[in-house]
Amino acid sequence: MIYEGKQKIWSEYQKEIPDDHYFYVRSCIRQSFFPASEATFLDITRNRLGKDIFETEHHTTCGGIAYHSDTIPQETVMTIIARQFALMAKNGYENYVCSCITSFGLYCETMETWREFPELEAKIRENLWKTCKLEFAKPKFLIHASDLIYKYRNLIAAQAVRKLVNVHTGEPLKVVEHIGCHYSKMFPSKGVGGAEYPYVLTGMIEAWGGEIVDYPERRHCCGFGFRQYFIKGNRGYSLSNTHKKFESMEPFKPDLIITNCPGCPYFLDRWQYVIAESTGKTYGPDGHGIPALTYEEVAGLVMGYDPWDLGLQTHQIGPEPLLDKMGVEYDPAKKYLGKNGKNIGEPLPCTCLKG
Amino acid sequence: MVDFGFGLVPSSRINLDLFDKDKYEELAAVEPDVRICMACGSCTAVCTAGKFSTTSLREAIEDIKNAQPAKAVEMLQACQLCGKCSMVCPRGINTRHLILSITKTYSTK
Ligand code: SF4
Ligand code: SF4
Repeated sequence: MIYEGKQKIWSEYQKEIPDDHYFYVRSCIRQSFFPASEATFLDITRNRLGKDIFETEHHTTCGGIAYHSDTIPQETVMTIIARQFALMAKNGYENYVCSCITSFGLYCETMETWREFPELEAKIRENLWKTCKLEFAKPKFLIHASDLIYKYRNLIAAQAVRKLVNVHTGEPLKVVEHIGCHYSKMFPSKGVGGAEYPYVLTGMIEAWGGEIVDYPERRHCCGFGFRQYFIKGNRGYSLSNTHKKFESMEPFKPDLIITNCPGCPYFLDRWQYVIAESTGKTYGPDGHGIPALTYEEVAGLVMGYDPWDLGLQTHQIGPEPLLDKMGVEYDPAKKYLGKNGKNIGEPLPCTCLKG
Repeated sequence: MVDFGFGLVPSSRINLDLFDKDKYEELAAVEPDVRICMACGSCTAVCTAGKFSTTSLREAIEDIKNAQPAKAVEMLQACQLCGKCSMVCPRGINTRHLILSITKTYSTK
């Protein structure tokens, strides 16, 4: 491929990501979908890398899901967001890092709207004071948590106990990277590498020894799309989106999918089960699926965390073939044991999908 | 197999590699005006049959160009050959002749 034009421009573009001192905001749905990812993010950044990442129990949802489902007005969402920003300032921070891509997109949209319509910003400032008695503030830097792991990718590589390499063949693992649509498709300059050449996950994979798979539907949506998933009658559209991606990536035989959004790993994981059980089609070798992990889980595996502490048992697609390829030791008997040693419950076996 | 109450929807992807150029030239040989349709949709707007079915000459011509001739033939089944479309076509296409030619060229029955 000729490396020129837009791709060259975007490869030279650097999003400014401060090195330290962040106010961290969690995601509503990630905590229930992949509960250990955020804890792993905090453990890596705070305890392994010694960074100052602050979080408060007083922050709430950003309102994004309600907003994108057309159930609350934009001004309400903006006031919720203004409250989050105000909490950041109140706690002495000016760098804001959020765990969720939906939130990140919405924060970018809100900041941009305030820039274009100062009178709206003034109204939200007033709303915030009337409802919460909090001083309005805006972050100096707005960052997604994957930006930060991207920033620290070489520090993580320096502490890695293993690489994204097949220990049996010595070959790098083939990795599909999937970026959440709201990361940079709406505001390209807010993402590392822009909308068409996002580099945030590719940078991590390259630093950790894996090989990126470039396949035709690489930039296609995972299929979440809010309304098309929430309404059962529309769910076929969501499923078909994901199906299109899998059909497109299948010939490249990926070992792993890495994602940076709450919805993407969920749909790339769960829809493999639905496709398998409703059509008999599986996308991994021998009736297995392709594991779809969050970037924190992948970082955790590279840094030697126990796969069950990373919550890999909460994925529909069993991670064992991937763990075997990477040479990760694990105790199968502990897969469904919680932190207190009690059984957390096992899923029923599938008819078509192994794992 | 499990019924989840929803499933894969048929793909609406158009594969232009499947476009049959020879067949199209065969059609154009008998009705050259197929090349000058500008997809304005006037024919569709006035179509008598279109009020009660999905008949649309504009769409049928597009379907042929998008390598979906079966869809075009099916769509034109309900045409009554009333000729209203030929009266409004800004390109002066002999639409009735075109409809008959499409059906004759692409019909598999
Ligand atoms: S000739 Fe056929 S396509 Fe044209 S207006 Fe009449 S019914 Fe419609
Ligand atoms: S009215 Fe004539 S030019 Fe317009 S779409 Fe119909 S056939 Fe084509």
